[in-house]
Amino acid sequence: MNWNAWIPLLVVASSLLPGLIIFRLPEERVRTRITLNLIGAFLKLVLVGWMLWGVYQGQHFETRLALLPDLDLVLRAGPLSLIFVSLSTVLWLVTTVYAIGYLENSPHRSRFFGFFSLCVTATVGIALSGNLITFLIFYELLTLSTYPLIVHRGTEEARRAGQTYLAYTIFGGALLLLATVWLYTLTGSLEFTPRGFIHGLGEEHRTALIIIFALFITGFGVKAALVPLHGWLPQAMIAPAPVSALLHAVAVVKAGAFGIIRVVYDVFGIESAAELGVMSPLAWLAAVTIIYGSLRALFQNDLKRRLAFSTISQVSYITLGVAIAGPIATIGGVVHLVHQGIMKITLFFCAGNLAETLGIHKISEMNGVGHRMPWTMAAFTVGALGMIGVPPIAGFVSKWYLGLGALEVGEGWVMFVLAGSSLLNAAYFLPILHRIWFRKQTAAWPHEHNFGNKETAWALLLPPVVTALMALAAGLVASAPFSPLEWAQLIAQREFYQP
Amino acid sequence: MGITFIDFPWAIALILLPLTGGLSCFLWPSVSKILGLVTVIGVMLSATGLGWLVIDKGVYHYLVGGWGAPLGIELYVDGLSLLMLMVTALVALGVSIYSIHYFELSYQRRFWPLWLFLLTALNALFLSADIFNLYVTLELMGLAAVALATLTGSHDAFTAAMRYLLATLLGSLAFLFGVVLLYHSFGSLDIAVLSERFESNITAWAAFGLISAGLVLKTALFPMHFWLPPAHANAPAPVSAVLSALVVKASFYILLRLWLEIFSQLDTDVDILFGFLGSIAIIWGSLQALRQTRIKLLVAYSTVAQVGYLFLAFPLAEKVGVTAWSAAVYLILSHALAKSAMFLAAGNLLRFGGHDRIADLDRVAQRLPITVAAFALAGVSIMGLPPSGGFISKWLLLQSALVQSQWGLVGVMLIGGVLAAAYIFKVLGRAFTQAPLPHEPGVVPATMEWAALLLAGGAILLGFFASEILAIIEIGSPFGAGEVKL
Amino acid sequence: MNTVFLYALVGIGLFCLGLFALIVQAHLLRKILAINIMGSGVFLILVALARRTEGGIPDPVPHAMVITGIVVAVSATALALVMILKVTESSGQPEFPDEESK
Repeated sequence: MNWNAWIPLLVVASSLLPGLIIFRLPEERVRTRITLNLIGAFLKLVLVGWMLWGVYQGQHFETRLALLPDLDLVLRAGPLSLIFVSLSTVLWLVTTVYAIGYLENSPHRSRFFGFFSLCVTATVGIALSGNLITFLIFYELLTLSTYPLIVHRGTEEARRAGQTYLAYTIFGGALLLLATVWLYTLTGSLEFTPRGFIHGLGEEHRTALIIIFALFITGFGVKAALVPLHGWLPQAMIAPAPVSALLHAVAVVKAGAFGIIRVVYDVFGIESAAELGVMSPLAWLAAVTIIYGSLRALFQNDLKRRLAFSTISQVSYITLGVAIAGPIATIGGVVHLVHQGIMKITLFFCAGNLAETLGIHKISEMNGVGHRMPWTMAAFTVGALGMIGVPPIAGFVSKWYLGLGALEVGEGWVMFVLAGSSLLNAAYFLPILHRIWFRKQTAAWPHEHNFGNKETAWALLLPPVVTALMALAAGLVASAPFSPLEWAQLIAQREFYQP
Repeated sequence: MGITFIDFPWAIALILLPLTGGLSCFLWPSVSKILGLVTVIGVMLSATGLGWLVIDKGVYHYLVGGWGAPLGIELYVDGLSLLMLMVTALVALGVSIYSIHYFELSYQRRFWPLWLFLLTALNALFLSADIFNLYVTLELMGLAAVALATLTGSHDAFTAAMRYLLATLLGSLAFLFGVVLLYHSFGSLDIAVLSERFESNITAWAAFGLISAGLVLKTALFPMHFWLPPAHANAPAPVSAVLSALVVKASFYILLRLWLEIFSQLDTDVDILFGFLGSIAIIWGSLQALRQTRIKLLVAYSTVAQVGYLFLAFPLAEKVGVTAWSAAVYLILSHALAKSAMFLAAGNLLRFGGHDRIADLDRVAQRLPITVAAFALAGVSIMGLPPSGGFISKWLLLQSALVQSQWGLVGVMLIGGVLAAAYIFKVLGRAFTQAPLPHEPGVVPATMEWAALLLAGGAILLGFFASEILAIIEIGSPFGAGEVKL
Repeated sequence: MNTVFLYALVGIGLFCLGLFALIVQAHLLRKILAINIMGSGVFLILVALARRTEGGIPDPVPHAMVITGIVVAVSATALALVMILKVTESSGQPEFPDEESK
């Protein structure tokens, strides 16, 4: 029996099945729920590790099930899939631990963790998709499974945020469906292929292909929060902190960014896309989003909202790296997929800890909090400095490669965008750091919980510290085997140099 | 006797079982619940047996009493009718399980005989091979359906059912007139014979006009849908489910059958008209659904919109026949399961809250999770999101439209999908929130919740077996052989 | 042939007359009568069509159809009458309420 044909499916099932069981668990079965969650998360980690090792040695992992007469449901582990699937798997484990701590004693946990697992299932499915229709299926599943998480609190405000989220994503999904079917009628294939599968169509169907590309970018741009399609993201902050963390770092925005990567590399191919002349508009769109997001972030007093606008800005680095269309910039873009994820999830964990432990939601309330919660705030500092691009934290590596890559292909203007954005990042993060560490506490904490002599519950503290260390490690030992950077290099190599 | 499993006349059982079941329920009302359930399980088994037979041996003919056409009655089953029979059996099973606890005792005795007669008519309709039998079964179906629609006994229900009755009688009469004209011109009632003898003349045109008008009225295509929303919304939940899921589809099935076998030989542009009306139905029905404040009316208007999608297949089929028709059939199947699930779920919400006002839903997501899950899963199929039967049919329809650059229809389908999402999430969003006025919740039996989920799950599962089901559709090539496939 | 044509014409006339009345008349009983008249029109044509065979022996198939049709029409009328009573009982008048298609 060929086990390799089933492992991708097992990776998807390892969160789907626990999720489905959790839905039916009574609220008070806390232990069973935690056990199921952790078993699923660890099993997924082991399976992904196995695939990483296997792909490194040149093995193939592919599950193929018939869907329509000429179309299959394909799950395949390639280098690009693995970088995203590893990110989701590792961060899922961490976020699960965090969510267990965060939601202790709050209502409807079975529902929450059920959809949480579905959400990860969808993300992993997106990562492993071997063709566009599979991608589309999991992409819509992601939309559907995140909705109940956003409206989880059941308030009128949460409901509104959910409706806004849906209005954007359903619209995006409709465009994607159109683009996919249209492309299928032109090419008769939807299989992701390195360097794309539209060769030779450029002559006859030039206009159609440009429109299809625009549809794809608009469709994915909704989730990737490209300006002007970003409106849902700040509103979705109403969701519980673990959800925000997952939405921003792994699942939703990353699915959009990953979709853009897939479309550019494996559907159109960089050469064909460049011939169509669609790459520089994409680069400009990304650049505008980077600057706009940072500018808006400057003026937010709500911590989660500032982080949300920061996400809008940071995720577009990935798009920018792809759109610059040089090998080095590609490395920068792809590796930022991972680095941004690790750093942003750290920041959201910390924001959640502040809200949960001290009732702090606003930046103006953060004076001197570094003395009250030193570990949490240390993690926050690492994440924030990484976002600015201070070496040796992960964010520096991505920006370095993005800048080099832009220069390599003679797109000097990108340097200005990067520099401007870094300045803005500094402008909205450094004042927070100053408040945390160098100002004295001015007022009592809005709503303090007592955790004995610890600064907060261990399940809340451990995840941000771990991810902060990961962000440091990703920068410090960037070229170790199996590091994100090394995988990104492998991907760029495949896209640009192999025949 | 030596009748083997495969030789057993399953087709006859499909008609006789519910007929005797219905009569027995009428005669022995005190045990009607058990009789009804046993009958429906028997129907399910017979449909499975017939399915086995047809998938194994291909198209199935049965001469009732050994008499063939033109004197006797002939039954005919190909892939298309087989799928209709199977989905009918499945929906019937779900609805029957649901009804066990839905109706009070005094209503059980009225419900079961009528419901089993309706099932008889539906099965007979899908098995009929001649147009006069189609008329008789159509009329039987209509009468049983109208009687069922009055079961709540409210003033609104009676008025709505009266409208429904007039519409259905008018539709059947027009159909009968058409049948008469066809017999007059071509001297046969058998669809296969008519298909051979048919030629274009003035009587044929008149017959075509009358039959199409009658069936379109019964299928509730815009602007002839006026009777549907009140009738479907005011009926008891299991009845609404059957009306929307099966009864509307039965008249569409006849239209499809006659169009494919007979009327496509006419050189007409009616297909374009159908496509046009279908498009308006999609947009208008969805907008109306969005405007509604009551769940059952919302779901009923959603049916108006979904019927519109069925008619989009007509203009698309001219160039890509098999794909477009398969899409329509797939939509019939998935909509039957999804819409019945949705009405059953709506019935649960009504029972739970004592009302079906959307704005006053009170945290039902945690208090009736299975019902809300059923509604949501059915909604996924209605919106055409993957993975679901609705997605497959939408994919095929879009593909058919894009291949021939029918941009108008492409736009309508996409807008329709977005609007569907809007009205379905209008309900689902309220499932999480608290109502302004809390109230005493009613008790919803578990069977009623699970029956809804069973059907909704079926609509989702259809998304995973497209290859197999599309292969069944083509048994006996109801859409013509040798056409270009995409 | 001429007689058949005449019958057919009368049948069509009845059908149209019934349709007109069905739309115009508000009283439910009149609507039901209208439907019945339309039915009679169709049956008339059917009966006349039985003469289509040569040699004067009527074709039995239309006759069988008419009988079936009449049975169906009778039961439909019966159901309709009961429903008219119910509608009248609950609203006090044998008509549809004024607000159309609400």
